[in-house]
Amino acid sequence: MKANDVILRTAVKVIVFIVLLFSVYLFLAGHNAPGGGFIGGLMTSSALVLLALTFDLKTLLKAVPFNYRWIIGAGLLIAVLTGAGSFLFGAPFLSHAFGHFELPILGDAELATATLFDLGVYLAVVGVTMTIILTIGEDQ
Amino acid sequence: MTLLHAAILAPFGYAVLVPFLYKWFRKIHTGWFVLPLPMLLFTFLITHLYRVISGETMVESVPWVPSLDLHFTVYLDGLSMLFSLLITGIGSLVVLYSIFYLSKDKESIHHFYVYLLMFMGAMLGVVLSDHLIVLYGFWELTSISSFLLIAFWHRRGKSRYGAQKSMLITVFGGFSMLAGIVLLYLMTGSFSVREFIGSTDLIHGHDLFVPALVLVLLGAFTKSAQFPFYIWLPDAMEAPTPVSAYLHSATMVKAGIYLVARLTPVFGGAAEWFWLVSGIGLLTLFWGSLNAVKQTDLKAILAFSTVSQLGLIMSLFGLGSAALAPDAGISPNVYAVAAAAGIFHLINHATFKGALFMVAGIVDHETGTRDIRKLGGLAALMPISFTFAVIGAFSMAGLPPFNGFLSKEMFFTGVLRASGMDFFRMETWGALFPAIAWVASVFTFIYSMLFVFRTFGGKLQPEKLDKRPHEAPLGMLIPPAVLAALVIVIGLFPNVASYALIEPALAAVLPSLGDHYHVHISFWHGWSTELFMTIGVVVMGALMYWLLRHWKGLYGRWPKRLALNAVYDSGLRFLDRFSARLTNRYMTGSLRHYLIYIFVFFIGVTGYTFVRFGAWEGIGNGNAPITAYEAVLMAAMLIASLVTPFVRDRITLIIVVGAVGYMVVLFFVLFRAPDLALTQMIVETVSVALFLLCYYHLPKLKKEEGKIRHRFTNVLISAGVGAVVTMVALSANGSRWFPSISDYYVEESYVSAGGKNIVNVILVDFRGFDTMLEITVLGIAALGIYGMIKLRLNQPKQNGGDRHEG
Repeated sequence: MKANDVILRTAVKVIVFIVLLFSVYLFLAGHNAPGGGFIGGLMTSSALVLLALTFDLKTLLKAVPFNYRWIIGAGLLIAVLTGAGSFLFGAPFLSHAFGHFELPILGDAELATATLFDLGVYLAVVGVTMTIILTIGEDQ
Repeated sequence: MTLLHAAILAPFGYAVLVPFLYKWFRKIHTGWFVLPLPMLLFTFLITHLYRVISGETMVESVPWVPSLDLHFTVYLDGLSMLFSLLITGIGSLVVLYSIFYLSKDKESIHHFYVYLLMFMGAMLGVVLSDHLIVLYGFWELTSISSFLLIAFWHRRGKSRYGAQKSMLITVFGGFSMLAGIVLLYLMTGSFSVREFIGSTDLIHGHDLFVPALVLVLLGAFTKSAQFPFYIWLPDAMEAPTPVSAYLHSATMVKAGIYLVARLTPVFGGAAEWFWLVSGIGLLTLFWGSLNAVKQTDLKAILAFSTVSQLGLIMSLFGLGSAALAPDAGISPNVYAVAAAAGIFHLINHATFKGALFMVAGIVDHETGTRDIRKLGGLAALMPISFTFAVIGAFSMAGLPPFNGFLSKEMFFTGVLRASGMDFFRMETWGALFPAIAWVASVFTFIYSMLFVFRTFGGKLQPEKLDKRPHEAPLGMLIPPAVLAALVIVIGLFPNVASYALIEPALAAVLPSLGDHYHVHISFWHGWSTELFMTIGVVVMGALMYWLLRHWKGLYGRWPKRLALNAVYDSGLRFLDRFSARLTNRYMTGSLRHYLIYIFVFFIGVTGYTFVRFGAWEGIGNGNAPITAYEAVLMAAMLIASLVTPFVRDRITLIIVVGAVGYMVVLFFVLFRAPDLALTQMIVETVSVALFLLCYYHLPKLKKEEGKIRHRFTNVLISAGVGAVVTMVALSANGSRWFPSISDYYVEESYVSAGGKNIVNVILVDFRGFDTMLEITVLGIAALGIYGMIKLRLNQPKQNGGDRHEG
């Protein structure tokens, strides 16, 4: 069946990028403003789901050729390694540190190890959501 | 972190490298890369040996989870030194042997060495840990690596059966041991063995003493294959021979003995300990040797002989514990000889049994069979292996001048002295001990001779063999050669071993002996009772070996149903059937039923707690006034929820339920919780999308044709859930028993975690550990769904598999 969805297709092509960008913003802003790895991850997945719904799963896999099961693993690994990293400094598991740094262009910025951990959460959430949706969706 | 900690962790770290080494250097056998590690560890330990001999002990502690009193404490004394040397020493030989035993082209040796290294690290962890919870962790890890190694040839049904059996039995024991450890903690408030030793009076006087003792011993007995748990060990022989030599004879099965030895200062001196350890040990000794004689497989003979010898060592530690008894009188040291013999025999057993296993492996490798009915006459073809077999077997039989003779003599001394005890009710039963010991030794002599002469003596039967037998390659001969050499060297110079290994270890088992106790081992004690007993064993054993044909038929008389294996199998079958029946009763495959269970349980438990603690009082306190917005949202939500049960179309249903979700989003917005609002909104959106994807698979919504009574129950349950949740929410808001933790988060969020968004700081920092486990659970769930859908077996659905429901 050929659906008549030109408007949807055209709009989605733009919207997806806005949503993706917003999800990255959410992820980075998480420490001090609403957002964080969990929401960011969900937002990213919703952008991908939007793609999948508008076009189809095959197109999505062609456009974004990731193996999401690997992304789950990568996320978990980053989270665990960030936690274990504190051993190097003689601190208990999952101790976080933060500090203010003068970065080029951006100026004064706060960098925190919590962001690294959050990256793990972000990747795990994207991986989990997409794995579930793709597996169920692909199953015919 | 010290070198000792590194020594335990090194095998684990190295195991990570093994698959890469295997992949990058396919031409070189991976074993060559593994070999240096145990050798290095062995050398490292040897350099510490002189300090241990001089009575020094090393304690190094690294806090792990200090808040749970969990410390990775490494404790190196004579006993752990002895075991560590065994683990690394035999480990080196076994790795060398395995290089020639396992073909690099046909077998998946990268798996093999990963498991083997994992085991080595775990075993070192067991013998070097002072903290019992850490010890328990390593203990179970040895069970798991043993499981993996037994199932190494996992295409064989017997391997899988043996692996499962060993796992079930040893992990069962491990759990009991954990319970025993917890009881010990309740008594002393500590997990440290050294602290237990300091508070033995407290432990002995406690009500929980006997339960703790029995539970801990269950762990030790299952691991060390004592009667009636030994049945897993013969089946574990399905593992490759290097594994049998290493795990199932020299090291892992001695973990139970290690535990008994280690805890002797804690439990020793009690009659229960004495009787259980020495009694079960002697029974195992007898039973194992009796059964070994009827085996026809070389490795089965060795397996039962290992069972029997483990029983021997176990019983010696039980007898030795009498030295700690309060009734032992003026000369408790008389009984210490048994413990010394136990340690001595432990070393000897590792040497001769290791050599024998390796010989059995050589025979299997070079002839293609291990069946003694097909073997024979190999002495001329494989003279070197034959020599090792003779040395090992004669030592096992207790013949001079090998080390087995010396420890067997000491064993007899131990049981003879025990029979003379005038406490623990030994006046009545004491005479049994030497009798059982003697009979078991006769059988030991018989199967030792069977092993050697049925394989190497007699006539060659080339027509029954798959290959033309010839001597093994040099690399396979070196490890048994080293062990056989040790058998002779220890036999000739026992006091070197006594000074370097036995005395330091004995000081750890029986610390009350003090420094002035020396173990002196000599060949000749004059015409003592022990010597006559040995002569009797040889004469009787030789006679019975000669007449074996005539009395072997007696073994067939034992009813098959009474065999322990049959008990195990039928128990397992029963458990299988029983749990299947139980599970099928409530796992109907209907989602509605499952929800009913969950909700009824929820109403019951929460409702009961609610009434029990009079939570009514809180309701109505501190509620904010309801604004117009909230009232409108509430009304919309109510309408949406009430419509849900009457909807007939799935799309409408999704929209209605989605409406409730989005209404919740608006509530979050009203209450100024942007994070929650965002999350809830995206979750709603994504789940609607998921629903649409699933839509393809879902059949038309059917109205459930239930009885009126059922529908009435359903209404009752849903109303009940709603009521309980509402009341709990109101009550929780109204009654504050202690200040909320949110104030702490508000204060500390920016100061100590550097983030202004409290929700996020809680997620990644304050409660980061929760988050980590949550994403782990999510990951597991996703992989589970993936596995379930992708790997679905294309079989017709069986009963109750109605997944189109609800």
